[in-house]
Amino acid sequence: MRSIIELENLHVALGGRPILKGLNGSLRGRAVGLLGPNGAGKSTLINTLLGFHAPSSGTARLFGRDIRSDIHSLRRQIGYMPENDSFIAGMSGVRFVRYMAELAGLPPNQAMERAHEAFFYVGLGEARYRDVNGYSLGMKQLAKLAQAIAHGPKLLFLDEPTNGLDPPARARMINLIREIRDTEDMHIVLSSHLLRDVEECCDEVLILKDGAVAALSNLEEERKTNKKFLELETVGAGAAFTEALEQLGCECASFGTGKYRLVLPVGIQIQQIYAVAANHHVEMRRMNYRRDSLEDIFLKAMQPAMGAA
Amino acid sequence: MAVYKRTYKPYSGELTANWTRFAILPRYSLATLFDSKILIGLLLVSLLPFLVAATIIYLTNNPVARTLIGLRGESILSIDNRFFFQLLKIQGSLAFLITAWIGPGLVSPDLTNNALPLYLCRPFSRVEYVLGKLSVLVLLLSLVTWIPDLLLYGLQAELEGNSWFTKNLSIAGAIVLGSLLWITVQSLLALALSAWVKWRIAASGLMFAIFFVAAGFGEAFNQVLRTYWGHTINLVYLINEVWADLFGVPTAVSFSRRIGDPRSLSVPVGIAWAILLGVCGLCLLLLNRRLTAREVVR
Repeated sequence: MRSIIELENLHVALGGRPILKGLNGSLRGRAVGLLGPNGAGKSTLINTLLGFHAPSSGTARLFGRDIRSDIHSLRRQIGYMPENDSFIAGMSGVRFVRYMAELAGLPPNQAMERAHEAFFYVGLGEARYRDVNGYSLGMKQLAKLAQAIAHGPKLLFLDEPTNGLDPPARARMINLIREIRDTEDMHIVLSSHLLRDVEECCDEVLILKDGAVAALSNLEEERKTNKKFLELETVGAGAAFTEALEQLGCECASFGTGKYRLVLPVGIQIQQIYAVAANHHVEMRRMNYRRDSLEDIFLKAMQPAMGAA
Repeated sequence: MAVYKRTYKPYSGELTANWTRFAILPRYSLATLFDSKILIGLLLVSLLPFLVAATIIYLTNNPVARTLIGLRGESILSIDNRFFFQLLKIQGSLAFLITAWIGPGLVSPDLTNNALPLYLCRPFSRVEYVLGKLSVLVLLLSLVTWIPDLLLYGLQAELEGNSWFTKNLSIAGAIVLGSLLWITVQSLLALALSAWVKWRIAASGLMFAIFFVAAGFGEAFNQVLRTYWGHTINLVYLINEVWADLFGVPTAVSFSRRIGDPRSLSVPVGIAWAILLGVCGLCLLLLNRRLTAREVVR
């Protein structure tokens, strides 16, 4: 599949401080999740891809075109839903979206039609003539989504789209994102702190830590491998126990307090884990099967920092 | 299909030309601004000098009309460079009031509501943004300065005849150039203040302070140091110097040069031009510094 985003040794420094430190990778998924703790560089990466920050060295390509030289024309194909409240003061919802669509290049009549469609599509049709300032938080999020898709972009950047939403509003937002993803005309980059949002919407995930790529993983393939994930709580486990588990072929992440997360390779039975524990005089206090592959990928990517903590 | 039944579909229609994109901003801004009764009132008041001047021009060129309303003599006023210079001074003051009313509200709401990323994530640059916002003021201020003045110039040329039009082309040039300089200076200043002072009333107050308090300081400076360089911070004085030069009219200060007091000397026109253009440049620098999609905290 063709790369949507290619990162080539991308360095970005803001205020003389390096934020992104040599990002490399090729993102091909229909929906790419951008994960990482606060300050990892997620928003900086999105802002750089939007052309708000210039790379200090290296570059990135969207649809094969360099953001350094082609950002103006690339923006025709981009939709952006910012994390914070972003509106034009004193406008009704539909006028705001129409205005944004016109700025993206749509003729006034087309922009008007698309603005109405986008509002109905996100479920705010009845509130489209109300002033945006009077919208609730959930409605504002949906209005931001409407302005991001009204001009029909090929690549949609969503920065924390479920921030501040109650569970039903969050579910509605997630459904919308999945529906947009499945139209097959648009690629999505979803930045979120919530693993569940990424898990539900994305087929690829880029995990950032301290401005560097900690993991780049194809979730679809991870799901297809049908790996078994196991959570252990132990007493008396040490490095030798971890080593023995790895010799069995398990991918192993430990969290310093006797807690482990394992990915069991095909053919390994639970009894073998018990045998290793017995051999190393380790008490097993708890053992759970888990299906949450993304959390394991994320925790493994974050492991050294957590271990240090 | 009914609009509420439509699902998401990509857009594959035509797009507008890049160079026309900045004109979207004044279209939306003007639609919002004309909801304000105060602005409409200001615009109507700004038309009064035009109506009075048109009446004067008509009466000056029409002895029968003068007789009918009981005026005797050859003419009321001489319609020449002085007439248009004085008219532009009055209109310039009214244009300043309009700028002080609408200018501070043009950029600050976008910054307060974090709207710049929405503009700049589209094929729309910061230059186009400033051009768009600037054109709101340029359009409105043109309506109360050089456009009515050129109409009056045309009216006078029509009524006077005898090649008045060709003999006084320099007046038309002075009207356009002088007005555009004043419009540019005060519009850029209003936008820069709007970008840096988010509270609209404070921005308007600061605009008055820059024009009038600075003039007071300049005058005090002149009196204390017995010089005329204090005028260099008086923007109203400077634009009057430039206008007087463009219209070929000696200013009141220039008349009093013979007194021999250095305070009565006027700032050279070249310096006045340089300072006014420098103010424009400074405002552009301030806008460039402030109008970014994302603020970098150092």
